[in-house]
Amino acid sequence: MTATPALKSFATADGRHPAGIDLSAGVLGAIVLFLSALVGLPLLWLAVFAFTNAKGMPTLANFGDLVSDPDLLDPLITTFSLAGLVAVFAAISAAPLAWLVSRTNLPGRRIVRALLTASFVTPPFLGAISWEILAAPNSGILNRLWREMSGGTEALFDIYTFSGLVFVVTCYTAPYVFVVLSNALDRIPADLEDAAGILGASRWRVVRAITLPLALPALLAGALVAFLQAMTLFGSPAILAIPAGFHTITTKIYSLFQFPPKPEVAAAAALPLLLVTMLLLFMQSRLLGRRGYAVVGGKSGEARLMALGIWRWPAFALVMMVLALPLFLPYGALLKAAFSRVPAGPLDLANLTLAHVNFVFIEFSQTRRAFANTFVLALGTASAGTILALLIAYRVARQGGRTGRLLEALVSAPLAIPGIVLGVGLFLAYTRGPLVLYGTLWILFFAFLTIELPVAYQQMRASFRGLHPELEEASRILGATRLGTLRRITAPLLKSGVIAGWCLIFIGVVRELSAAVILSSQNTKVLSVVIFDLNESGDLGAIAIIGVTMLLLTFAIIGFANWIAGVGADPRRAVG
Amino acid sequence: MINGICRSLALLIVMTMAAQAQTPTYKITPELEEAARKEGKVVYYTSIEVKVAEELAKAFEKKYPGIDVVVERNGAERQFSKIGQEYSSKIYNVDIVNSSDAAHFIFWKREGWLASALPDEVQKIYPAGSFDPEGYFAAMRSSLSVIAYNTNLVEAKDAPKSFADLLEPKWQGKLVKAHPGYSGTILTATFQMARDLGWSYFEKLAAQQVMQVQSSTDPPRKVVAGERPVMIDGNEYNVFLEKERGAPIEVVYPSEGTPLVIGPTGVMKSAQHPNAARLFHAWSFTLEAQQLIVDKGGLRSLRPDIKEPQGRKPLSEIKLMKDDPVSVDSQVGDIKKRYLRYFKT
Repeated sequence: MTATPALKSFATADGRHPAGIDLSAGVLGAIVLFLSALVGLPLLWLAVFAFTNAKGMPTLANFGDLVSDPDLLDPLITTFSLAGLVAVFAAISAAPLAWLVSRTNLPGRRIVRALLTASFVTPPFLGAISWEILAAPNSGILNRLWREMSGGTEALFDIYTFSGLVFVVTCYTAPYVFVVLSNALDRIPADLEDAAGILGASRWRVVRAITLPLALPALLAGALVAFLQAMTLFGSPAILAIPAGFHTITTKIYSLFQFPPKPEVAAAAALPLLLVTMLLLFMQSRLLGRRGYAVVGGKSGEARLMALGIWRWPAFALVMMVLALPLFLPYGALLKAAFSRVPAGPLDLANLTLAHVNFVFIEFSQTRRAFANTFVLALGTASAGTILALLIAYRVARQGGRTGRLLEALVSAPLAIPGIVLGVGLFLAYTRGPLVLYGTLWILFFAFLTIELPVAYQQMRASFRGLHPELEEASRILGATRLGTLRRITAPLLKSGVIAGWCLIFIGVVRELSAAVILSSQNTKVLSVVIFDLNESGDLGAIAIIGVTMLLLTFAIIGFANWIAGVGADPRRAVG
Repeated sequence: MINGICRSLALLIVMTMAAQAQTPTYKITPELEEAARKEGKVVYYTSIEVKVAEELAKAFEKKYPGIDVVVERNGAERQFSKIGQEYSSKIYNVDIVNSSDAAHFIFWKREGWLASALPDEVQKIYPAGSFDPEGYFAAMRSSLSVIAYNTNLVEAKDAPKSFADLLEPKWQGKLVKAHPGYSGTILTATFQMARDLGWSYFEKLAAQQVMQVQSSTDPPRKVVAGERPVMIDGNEYNVFLEKERGAPIEVVYPSEGTPLVIGPTGVMKSAQHPNAARLFHAWSFTLEAQQLIVDKGGLRSLRPDIKEPQGRKPLSEIKLMKDDPVSVDSQVGDIKKRYLRYFKT
């Protein structure tokens, strides 16, 4: 963005480059085609449904239903308020955490990072189930403790309310903001901050005037992802909103698939969400597009950590208290349920049992297959998705143009569609020619790839925005092809961003529920669906065992991925 | 009495009586077993509780080695949309289906998706009205939607005895109820209660600040946890299973009558494993299989020779509301709309 005109014109003269054969045109062309099919196919089918009636005749009546029926309008308003509040609270809570972890000498930063990842791994609906155990107005553990302590009859906190839902969704959405933001903060070099410091700015002034503005694109990107995640979330509202006496658009859409199913209205109901997403993405690119945010260039210094002084341990305590909300408390509740005969019963020997462990790992035929399916899918989707997102982000960030905007729109579109609706679109797309994938893991692979790609792309794009093109240009001037440059210069510099992107997809797959519910069949069940099933039949103990095992396994794999990344030479990581 | 119990599908009989030339029945023969074994497996879609479904599959596999039962367990409504999706995309995965929502079978039969397969034993032993006379489906299980209360929070003498009792001011804010938009069992129960008690009952009930949950398995859980002391509706079998596990819950059969929810099974016309499906179908009505779903699943069997476990009130002693899937099928939209008007969700 701030490249000198001479360099820029030279770098964009691709085909005529003298040295080496540039494969990029072919590869990028293939990606555009693949993406169009991947995203286009399900969207096309949704459009067909939204604009036809039950008999297959073209109509606009479905949208008429949408605007005129308060049963549909109210949930839509609720959904937008929910998503807006979640985005704000997620940004407010994640920003200080990310700053503390990435830019200060907070004790136990590694552990905090790991714990935040753990809260991220938790599927939101599992979090909602745990918070039911904790904060249901009468039976919730916290409310019972509160009554014992205060002697009163009032509940301290009622999870079955709109604010309760906002709270739970924020708990499990804030990590999105954290990951994107901390990754950007890791890469802000200290020289700018040093300069401000030399010019006499106070420590806090430096944070305000230098660090925050440089991190702003990442914060906005994170908040945007949080907004869209909250908007399309199904699991938590399904558990908390109905008892609270309101609908979100996703629970409403789910009920439209019940007997007698009205998929055409459901498809129409998804359209406002798609429009809002497009609008937000457009605003974001307008807002950020005008300013240069490149922080990693050929001349930059390293990131440096700020000393917190006497605030080190108080800050640590604060972080731990924040982490109690998505993590310590819910998993404590789950562990208790995992080994209790009666989940709500007292914590004593008579109520202790290993029956749930036995059921999950010995008796229940689906467990092993579901674990295998989930992790095979997560690994496959994360690896394929990372490569794809990286190539697209590179293309968009370095070349832009009309193709760039098309790519960006294509890759971002799935963000706006509730997983439930997308699931239906994918079902329609892959149960008929040319690709019949239903009943195989491939349909889930393509579904997860479609769903997770936007988040990975947001992450990669934020990384690219922070990376100055001058290093790549130097490489191109010295005769490397674009793909060669990408491999040897860009990729190593982006490593932490790439690993973060990989982990985002991996975790996203593990916690995805709404599309998996529609697309999985008996041989292709994944863990989230198994948990959802078990919740229907009320097996809290089994849910807890599976949930905790799932967390540990995911955690091990994420840790391994980060460890591999850490082994490579990345000077900026070595500091942290 | 049994006749009374199973007036459930009586309307159907009337409707199909004209067409009813004696429907051919079949028995489990060595030839059927052999043909089933050649197919090697049967795909069983069911909304029965997953543990019970697994037990059922295991018992069958033990009795007929070489034939695998692939259990695909989903909630009744989800199962319905799944089969609808699959069939509209010409995917004929399911061989045999069981659902707690009998109205689904009216729909499937109308669409021509079911095959006529009437086990001999069903026709001979089961009460008339518990199976489709043309053999397209038969009530493999049934369950009740009951009132229940937490015995730690409510004393037996104070417990509600009827639906009318639930309107008393003392239950305000103390009730939990499942949702007809999400549960086939509750849809059926809501229909029966609205028919027998009037919609005005629900209007008054909605003023009691009822906690609304989705699945019919949820209210017993909320009662056991003490989240609400009393449930208005929900699965009797969950109450049994919780109680037998030692949880503080007791069932109440309301004096106005208890909604009866029939869970039929049917063999699909396009089944890929038609013989295995017929074998499994016939076997699931045997005393062995029926006793299993009663003992392990807390469900109700319509077999007259079933042994009800101790501590459970026999079905013949309970006053029941009349099941009527044909009307549920035709009124489902109206039921959901009215419910939404009163309960706002």
